[in-house]
Amino acid sequence: MYVAVKGGEAAIDNAHRLLAEARRGDTSVPELSVAQIREQMALLVDRVMTEGSLYDPDLAALALKQARGDLVEAVFLVRAYRTTLPRFGASVPLETGAMAVARRVSATFKDLPGGQVLGPTFDYTHRLIDFALAAEGETETAAEAEPRADAALCPRVTDLLAQDGLIEASPPDEGAPVGDLTREPVDYPADRALRLQALARGDEGFVLGLAYSTQRGYGRTHPFVGEIRVGEVAVEFVPEELGFAVPLGRVQLTECQMVNQFKGSGAAPPQFTRGYGLSFGQSERKAMAMALVDRALRAEELGEPVVSPAQDQEFVLAHCDSLQATGFVEHLKLPHYVDFQAELELVRRLRAEFEHRSEPVEMQEAAE
Amino acid sequence: MTPNPAGPEPGPEIVARQAVMALCADASRTELEVALTRLDVPAAEDLRAPETGLVMATGRIGGDGRPFHVGEVSVTRAAIRLADGGTGFAYHLGRDRTKARLAAILDALWQDPARRAHVAAALADAANRAEADRRKAARQTAATRVEFLTVARGED
Repeated sequence: MYVAVKGGEAAIDNAHRLLAEARRGDTSVPELSVAQIREQMALLVDRVMTEGSLYDPDLAALALKQARGDLVEAVFLVRAYRTTLPRFGASVPLETGAMAVARRVSATFKDLPGGQVLGPTFDYTHRLIDFALAAEGETETAAEAEPRADAALCPRVTDLLAQDGLIEASPPDEGAPVGDLTREPVDYPADRALRLQALARGDEGFVLGLAYSTQRGYGRTHPFVGEIRVGEVAVEFVPEELGFAVPLGRVQLTECQMVNQFKGSGAAPPQFTRGYGLSFGQSERKAMAMALVDRALRAEELGEPVVSPAQDQEFVLAHCDSLQATGFVEHLKLPHYVDFQAELELVRRLRAEFEHRSEPVEMQEAAE
Repeated sequence: MTPNPAGPEPGPEIVARQAVMALCADASRTELEVALTRLDVPAAEDLRAPETGLVMATGRIGGDGRPFHVGEVSVTRAAIRLADGGTGFAYHLGRDRTKARLAAILDALWQDPARRAHVAAALADAANRAEADRRKAARQTAATRVEFLTVARGED
């Protein structure tokens, strides 16, 4: 049990003033603007939006500035902010098939209708520190080329496989209500939609580690990246007063279709199975890790033995949220004086009992 | 929460209104201010004060299957009534209340058939800028189109 403490107001106020000065850093160095963070730390902003579970690049950039770049603290600020806002409703499901693709790659087919485009990627860079970036200077402009006629049409790789029945279909939309873990606590077993919601907002490092564990044999799923696509998708919402879909604007998303080894039965021939990942912004690592863990969590549904952490939905869902995890871990540093006093008394009593018990034994040993 | 269904196929009037709404959502606040200076705008009163809230973005499992909640988006809405009776609405990503109200005024003006062509003309610069941005992004992306070749290993 946690017993509260009182006092320390002046020290806390002064600590927060000191924090403000530390946040600003050396005043001879120009201050960062929110727009600079949004534009130049874009992938960090994307991660705050994804794990904060709120798409708003300016807000995520501001949270990062306030948090001195501490990712989990920024997620905390964003999550706290969202609780102050009313919810107008849920969007029309996002149509990732109609994405304006800025990047699209497949590890399964080299020739795809619509083609593969690398977009702005770290892939194939040499990972050598570029000291030229330490000096201010002009950036080389990006190359341009005329898009080919087929560029606007990018069917999903999974749809290509589905034409021959080689891959399982997505679970059908039966119009049932969709669980929302921000509104009701999670009941286990949780369905796939709820699991995907938890993974989408889950800590990238934790989900990545679990995904890696499946590759190393803890719940192996034999994955291939069917397709990763990054780009903008229109968000639509149907307000009651209008009764038709209103376009809200466009959000950048990353989608990963993972293609995994087969499942068949006496009744159905073998087919590839699937894992799915979707995240805000350009967050490929997260979307890939999410897709791997999504597939691992389907173990029971697909008749696989549930023996590894990444297949255990209660383990994964209860621990993947960075804010919940940090809350419980970091609360340990708050004053626990009363708790600890009780522990001290207990350990002293146990030691006294131990000494009392051992005394006669020692005397006997001395006598021998 | 049940995802918001797209509803029946809208008629041509609604499709055209959606296109103007999409244009206003993509435009900057300055672009909407400039567009309104080019129009004869009657006084507008708030039907509902501009308000920021959340819309839960839903995706689909596998891209085309059962819906699931991806995360929320911040959305600002405004509803106005023009002095001559027309009403306009706006729902935009982000937290810019001023911009949403400007878009609601443009929505009200556009619904008046007599003003429609003027609204389209006033928004032409924003539309052209958006189209140029899209075209440039598509050209930059196209320059990164890759043709991978599999290389046979010379083992025999």
